[in-house]
Amino acid sequence: MLTHLPALAVIIPLLSAPLCLFLRRPLLAWLFTVIASGLTMLVSITLLQQVMASGTIVYEMGGWRPPWGIEYRVDRLNAYLLLIVTSISTVVLLAANTSIEKEIPRHRLTLFYVLYLLSLAGLLGVVTTGDAFNVFVFLEISSLAAYSLIALGEDRRALWAAYQYLIMGTIGATFILIGIGLLYQMTGTLNMDDLSRRLPEVSQTRTVFAAFAFIIVGVCLKVALFPLHRWLPNAYAYAPSIVTAFLAATSTKVAVYLLIRFTFSIFGISFSFTTVPLQTIFVILGLTGIFAASTTAIFQKNVKHLFAYSSVAQIGYMIVGYSISTTMGLMATLLHLFNHALMKGALFLALGAVMYRIGSVRLEQFQGLGRQMPFTMAAIVAGGLSLIGVPLTVGFVSKWYLVLAALENGWWPVAVLILLGSLLAIVYVWRIVETAYFNEPPAGRESIEEAPLGFLVPVWMLVSANIYFGMDTRLSVQVAEAASQALFGVSP
Amino acid sequence: MLQLSILLPIVATAGIVAAGRMPNLRETVSIVTGLILFFFVTRLYQGLEQGQVITVQWWQIVPGLQLSFAIEPLGMLFALVASFLWIVTTVYAIGYMRGHDEQNQTRFYACFAIAIGSAMGIAFAANLFTLFIFYEVLTLSTYPLVTHAGTAEAKKGGRIYLGILLSTSIAFFLLAIISTWFVTGTLDFKPGGIFGSDVNRVVASAILVLFIFGIGKAAILPFHRWLPAAMVAPTPVSALLHAVAVVKAGVFSVMKVCVFVFGIDVLSILPSTQFLLYLAGASVLLASLVAMRKDNLKARLAYSTVSQLGYVTVGALLATSAGVIGGSMHIAMHAFGKITLFFCAGAILVAAHKSNISEMRGLGKKMPITMAAFFIASLGIIGVPPAGGTWSKWFLLMGTLEAEQWILMAALMISSLLNIAYLLPIPFHAFFSGDNTPYSRAGIKEAPTASLIAISITTVGCLVLFVYPQPLYELARAILGG
Repeated sequence: MLTHLPALAVIIPLLSAPLCLFLRRPLLAWLFTVIASGLTMLVSITLLQQVMASGTIVYEMGGWRPPWGIEYRVDRLNAYLLLIVTSISTVVLLAANTSIEKEIPRHRLTLFYVLYLLSLAGLLGVVTTGDAFNVFVFLEISSLAAYSLIALGEDRRALWAAYQYLIMGTIGATFILIGIGLLYQMTGTLNMDDLSRRLPEVSQTRTVFAAFAFIIVGVCLKVALFPLHRWLPNAYAYAPSIVTAFLAATSTKVAVYLLIRFTFSIFGISFSFTTVPLQTIFVILGLTGIFAASTTAIFQKNVKHLFAYSSVAQIGYMIVGYSISTTMGLMATLLHLFNHALMKGALFLALGAVMYRIGSVRLEQFQGLGRQMPFTMAAIVAGGLSLIGVPLTVGFVSKWYLVLAALENGWWPVAVLILLGSLLAIVYVWRIVETAYFNEPPAGRESIEEAPLGFLVPVWMLVSANIYFGMDTRLSVQVAEAASQALFGVSP
Repeated sequence: MLQLSILLPIVATAGIVAAGRMPNLRETVSIVTGLILFFFVTRLYQGLEQGQVITVQWWQIVPGLQLSFAIEPLGMLFALVASFLWIVTTVYAIGYMRGHDEQNQTRFYACFAIAIGSAMGIAFAANLFTLFIFYEVLTLSTYPLVTHAGTAEAKKGGRIYLGILLSTSIAFFLLAIISTWFVTGTLDFKPGGIFGSDVNRVVASAILVLFIFGIGKAAILPFHRWLPAAMVAPTPVSALLHAVAVVKAGVFSVMKVCVFVFGIDVLSILPSTQFLLYLAGASVLLASLVAMRKDNLKARLAYSTVSQLGYVTVGALLATSAGVIGGSMHIAMHAFGKITLFFCAGAILVAAHKSNISEMRGLGKKMPITMAAFFIASLGIIGVPPAGGTWSKWFLLMGTLEAEQWILMAALMISSLLNIAYLLPIPFHAFFSGDNTPYSRAGIKEAPTASLIAISITTVGCLVLFVYPQPLYELARAILGG
């Protein structure tokens, strides 16, 4: 049983999805989904423990030996990502039953859970697989499910947003596919491990350069790296709240994982960062992203839009850490993957609670919420503080390592810019705080109550995680460090 | 006991919130906590005198960065002052808040307790990292206090308050801390500093500038705007936080950084020290000049605070033993003086509903105790006998002499003259000028009894510190291990 864990992580949600279709009652479907997601979380935890204790796990799908069969490969990086995705998914799901009853028509509820499971299965597949073509397949599974999930949003603009995302996402996926095709043509293998061994021989060819370019651009579209981020704000803003919380906390993270996997493991550090000037490009794009997106966030009227732009900015931080391309820098990026998932999970879920009670997340609707929904607003404030990077929250830990990594590399200006960027976060977070706490509720809305426990419990689980992992960083720092060292080939 | 003194106020917060519906119980909880806290701190003080070394380590946040606490004389001094004045302020606040019918009093007392807890955390921090954490907690916990009134004006004040304090701390202070960590590999406070004498001077200079600007709570020009903005808060907040806990946390951190991170030997050879000294000197003078032009009493006191904080910073940056002694003594002396002044301002507001100085003529006949206290506390700020401020200013001047900083010496003396010019006319006119305002003076009585008690205690404190400054001096001298 234990040896099959890597496969189980993908198979559980993948098989649950069609089974879920038979459950006509939404409550049952919800319970079923929670259990499925919870099981994958347990699998991920076990996997992480195994990997941390005894190194990379290789699993041959169906007993076929690679490179003929598909290989699943779980090292520290994958196990870490698996944990992030499954745990956030499970916590977010806890609130789903309460949340979607108001946002999605009743006859589509089961469908929602099916799509959710498919999307989850896709993301987990991308993370576990050791086969480049398989990556594309799972990426498409998760993306197609995500497009439909977004389109379920009650706002009619959700359709347009999903369509935008569909076009951009498909371009990205196609680019990745072209890149993988070119790689196959040059090396004759799709197995990542083999690819990384055979690529150096042919790395100076134009085809490999083209493949690299296609893959990087394709992945960056999925990452929503500035300026390829245009699909993200609308998709996040108009999707059902649960979907936003889930996607914001996981899907871009998985895309960042892909970026790391392709550049560090497959193409190799020397090719990605020495032969190709990726470092310069990414540090500039990352920093521009931080400032441009944060500034845009300040002027948003819809709070979901606001946090969506903030997500683009946070991706900028990850990319900056990544482009430093030292163990410390990559570690900062990995930490921020984890930490940002916690922050945005908590924030978007809390916004879901606001949506549930008020039916809108426009900024002016937040007036007086500080009094009317004290616990929800407190969660938003806590998440916001974490986003700013106040000590004792996870945001601080990320900033600390990121700045340290920049300094270590002698990049003083970058360190300064990173910190200046967080000042912009103060501005956009505080706009919400002031609106919520310094205004009376608008007329006709005096009788709003606190969100139901179905929301408060998962929201506060995530908020407590924000604070807990800000104070006790053993888990996140150790794993991130180990993963980062493994990628640089340093034996821990 | 050390841990308890940090945790106690925070635990008390829960008690205060729980007792929120019963004002009497809630305020009893506040006062009792204050008394216990002060008791703890005095016990710790006795321990320190007997040479006990107490250190506490909590857990590591990230490898190498630990939450840990230790007691040393400077922190002891700050903790004693802050915990003692907390009791007094609570007594005062009961009179003030009830006399003024303020809303949300539970939130008020709860945030107050958290703020004091973090001030204790700052005082006993054993490394920069711990200090920084409590520094930020202090900023955030005082934000609801500053914006207590909830009006548009309070919102604006709060925005400036939080904006400046949080921005400087994240953009400069944090960067300085990370750079220090990067250069030296440690963040612990060590006597003599953690930068060796062979440190790269340019880098160390840059870090010093970042520290001084980053510790926005020390209100050095041009980052002083938050302090006048914070005056929208209820007077007890202005009194304790913006005369004692918050601003003193700022100059205390500056002092800590100068003495225990750089060490006065390294400090005196850094090129940027000179520049920062002049900046602090300018801060002292300019803020005094601005204070002269303010008619609103609290605004005048706020600018006066900015100026007096400059004294402490000058003392720290002088990098001489007299400077350090004077600076740290001034933390205590100014605390007692300024808190009394704020108490008086609040008493006048509650009893006579006046906040502008021009309307206070002749008020001395109606409120003799308040105005007399105002007079004595003013002497303390100016630094003339029979108030405690004499000693600290004396040592500060000695410090400038020792360092041969003639310009600074002149700046400090001129500023003291300016203090006379903007503080003394207030009680003078209150007692000796006739009533020239068109308003009716009928019905103005002395302030509420609780407030008067508090005012008397701090005023007596000012006087006692003149006659008996020995313990304070001993503490200040022990900072440099003398």
